[in-house]
Amino acid sequence: LIELAYGPLVPDQVTAKVRLDRNGAVVTFLGTTRKISDGRQVLYLEYEAYPEMAVNKLEEIRLEVKERWGTEDVAIAHRLGRLEIEEISLVVAVASPHRKEAFLACQYIVDRIKEMVPIWKKEVFQGGGYHWVACEAH
Amino acid sequence: VKVNVRFFALYRERAGINEMYLELIEGSTVSAALDKIRECFPTLAPPMSHIVTAVNTAYVEDDRFLCDGDELVLIPPVSGGGD
Repeated sequence: LIELAYGPLVPDQVTAKVRLDRNGAVVTFLGTTRKISDGRQVLYLEYEAYPEMAVNKLEEIRLEVKERWGTEDVAIAHRLGRLEIEEISLVVAVASPHRKEAFLACQYIVDRIKEMVPIWKKEVFQGGGYHWVACEAH
Repeated sequence: VKVNVRFFALYRERAGINEMYLELIEGSTVSAALDKIRECFPTLAPPMSHIVTAVNTAYVEDDRFLCDGDELVLIPPVSGGGD
């Protein structure tokens, strides 16, 4: 599963895609929206993607981890649009027969998303002002 | 050649539009397209700064030649703001 969604993400639905009988481990990462950014109070966030390219790049990342760790079961869901504080912006679920590969692949995927997937977030501050930052959850 | 240019995030806000058509002479590169785009939108990015681009959803270098119907996308930098 690779998905860009305008509605709330449901982690269980994402992990369900990879929780298959050949796997003994599922590692799930949730990126969530933070209240404080650079010492300023964030009111809400807006995520924007170049969707066609974002999906292609997520597919590329999925192939990368398959090559490196043999992890075949990967699900990635990214939220777009307006998010309030404490919501889930990203779900990455990786399953593998043994836990080590799932942990490594999951961390790698999250790092690569931040590096190369064209998704941006705008943090709108309390009391006015905003700034754009690259994705994703740190 | 005619290309479709799309703007996202910071660049979309600074340009004030989502997309535009650009007509260039045959054999034009991304670099030539960027010069025209910067002319249209002087506040898009600081004059000497590098603008990352993608053509047809793949990252490209500035010397990439453009073909009819290409989709050129300006990929905004990590950070930038407004009040």
